[in-house]
Amino acid sequence: MNLSILLNQLVNGLQSGSVFALVALGYSMVYGIIKLLNFAHGDIIMVGAYAAWMCMANFGLHPLLSAAAAVVVSTLVGMSIEKVAYSPLRSAPRLSLLITAIGISYLLENGFQLIFGSGAKNVAKYVAPLTSGPSLRLGTVQISFTALITIGTTLLSMVALTLLVKRTRLGKAMRAVSEDMGAAQLMGISLNRTISFTFAVGSALAGIASVLYICAYPQASPTMGSMLGLKAFVAAVLGGIGSIPGAMVGGFAIGIVEALVSAAGLSTWKDGVTFAILILVLLIKPTGFFGRRAIEKV
Amino acid sequence: MKKFIATLMAVVMMFSMAACGTGSNGDEAGGESEGESGGETIKVGVLANTSGDNAMYGNAVANGVNLYIDQLNASGGINGKQVEVVQYDDEGDATTAVNAFNRLMDDGVTAVIGSVLTGTTVAVADETYEVNMPQITASATAAGVTVLDPEDPESEIRTNVFRSCFIDPFQGEKMAQYAYEKSGATTAAVIFETGSSYSEGLATAFVDKCEELGVEVVASEGYSTGDTDFNAQLTNIAAQNPDVIFCPNYYEDIGLIVTQARAAGITSQFLGGDGWGGVAGYASAEDMEGSVYCSGYAPGSTDEVIKFEQDYEAAYGEAVPNMFAPLGYDAAMLMCNAIAEAEAQGLETGSDEYKQAIIDAMAATDGLEGITGTYVFDEQNNPVKSAAMIVLKDGQETFSELY
Repeated sequence: MNLSILLNQLVNGLQSGSVFALVALGYSMVYGIIKLLNFAHGDIIMVGAYAAWMCMANFGLHPLLSAAAAVVVSTLVGMSIEKVAYSPLRSAPRLSLLITAIGISYLLENGFQLIFGSGAKNVAKYVAPLTSGPSLRLGTVQISFTALITIGTTLLSMVALTLLVKRTRLGKAMRAVSEDMGAAQLMGISLNRTISFTFAVGSALAGIASVLYICAYPQASPTMGSMLGLKAFVAAVLGGIGSIPGAMVGGFAIGIVEALVSAAGLSTWKDGVTFAILILVLLIKPTGFFGRRAIEKV
Repeated sequence: MKKFIATLMAVVMMFSMAACGTGSNGDEAGGESEGESGGETIKVGVLANTSGDNAMYGNAVANGVNLYIDQLNASGGINGKQVEVVQYDDEGDATTAVNAFNRLMDDGVTAVIGSVLTGTTVAVADETYEVNMPQITASATAAGVTVLDPEDPESEIRTNVFRSCFIDPFQGEKMAQYAYEKSGATTAAVIFETGSSYSEGLATAFVDKCEELGVEVVASEGYSTGDTDFNAQLTNIAAQNPDVIFCPNYYEDIGLIVTQARAAGITSQFLGGDGWGGVAGYASAEDMEGSVYCSGYAPGSTDEVIKFEQDYEAAYGEAVPNMFAPLGYDAAMLMCNAIAEAEAQGLETGSDEYKQAIIDAMAATDGLEGITGTYVFDEQNNPVKSAAMIVLKDGQETFSELY
């Protein structure tokens, strides 16, 4: 493989990794705050994609408006799931929460299959105004307009998220709750509001990811979120679950690894390699790149 | 962290359990026999999976077959005799199919139309070959239906088994020929789904034929089932800048591949097989413009086809769902024509000589016009017929020519 192809493949990896990174952020934030692996998180992407499709196909909205609607719907669905399914179980064992999350995941996937059918919905003709633009050529490296938008939006979202967590009062509250839930509560931080807010931010990121996803891969199907969610989860673990920069780095890393594996003609091994990474990380360095070693008191 | 790992294990187990087992839930094989009773009839057995998974194909074939035979009976039948259809549901299951065939034998049929899926058809073909029962399938595309061992070029051929559809490699060869002659391609690339016998079969046949014709295959890329990101493979293909890209698979994948290819700056022409039917809705008109695929059936192409479509809609209250219905219609037509030949020889209906006469007549079919093409059989009992070339134009799948 020569250098220009290699560089092109790295761009491909960054593009698919962007979506993984955005989803991984949601996993990581929620885990950081209530120690829940929210396996329904991947399906929020699917909800967002269907929302965008509905807006564009049925209501004829402009793709940009539809994108905004997708983010809003994802956020609301994410928050409602937390309210309905997770908050009643806040004092229950963590395994119950986890099982509930898996249940919600199946509910969303099968519910959407029931309502919209199991076939994929095509959105190519609707998103065309968002994806048709000049591609960037740097020497022999061609970066498509879609890739530019995807990577750019992801980086912007991450900057915004970092500012939000570091500079705002709610961000401070989030950090405090993840540090020590009990102490934070004693300091007068509203637990419900902070957790709700965390789900809202995570789901909004998933909503953004869903829009980027259907721009790059213009189809929405009921099960589109399941494999995507699992891979984003691997990305979150690789980066160190609970860590925001970790989720970003993990997402990009998984994207690049997958692109290189496929480019080498081993596409059938792509998923296998990703999950092998998960196993290796858990065996060798369970805290990932940026995770903190948590001493668990039993 | 131990807790975390334990939790994770539990999750993995749960997902793997959920992934297991959705079984088939077909009903008991219910036979339905139609047709006139009284007077002398010619009994023809029909096997189709009209329930269970893939019933969509079985129903379409059965409808096509019954439509032809009903029309034939309405116009006086064969040699003054009505054709009686004895139809059983094989549920797409090989064992059920063999049992159903045994019931057909008890019913005294003289020929079998079916089955629909490759697995059931091969199982039934093993049985019909034993008793030299004329059989034609409308839709089983694997080479192993008419040849005992497709790997062995010297293999024994099931002389009694015919089909009205293409075989898998045929489409790949056809498209390679098309790329060479019509598109003037000197370089080609393929992108296919590894592990799918349909996709790989077409891709392999395409590559072999290209080499034979002197078209250089510059890239051959695989992807796995369920992939949505093809950028890595397409980047490799883009670096070779081939004249045409052959992607034999179903329309959902094709829409994604073509969209991503255009975004990556690939301007090559895309070619595909009959899995492309319906692809126009899955990528934008500009991206698809000029792509070509071959199909066994070209909707609305000729007067006969239009008449068939109208008759079908009148009989079943729905539009022709897919190419399986016209293929079923053609299978029934081929079989009934061969039966007419045996009748013309004045043989006793249902006797061994009668069956042999049907088989001989079928093998000698020369230029019989069907809905899906003009039929001649090769030495392996596969139809040699032209494929309908469908071109993507202004976002429409348009019939361009028989090739």
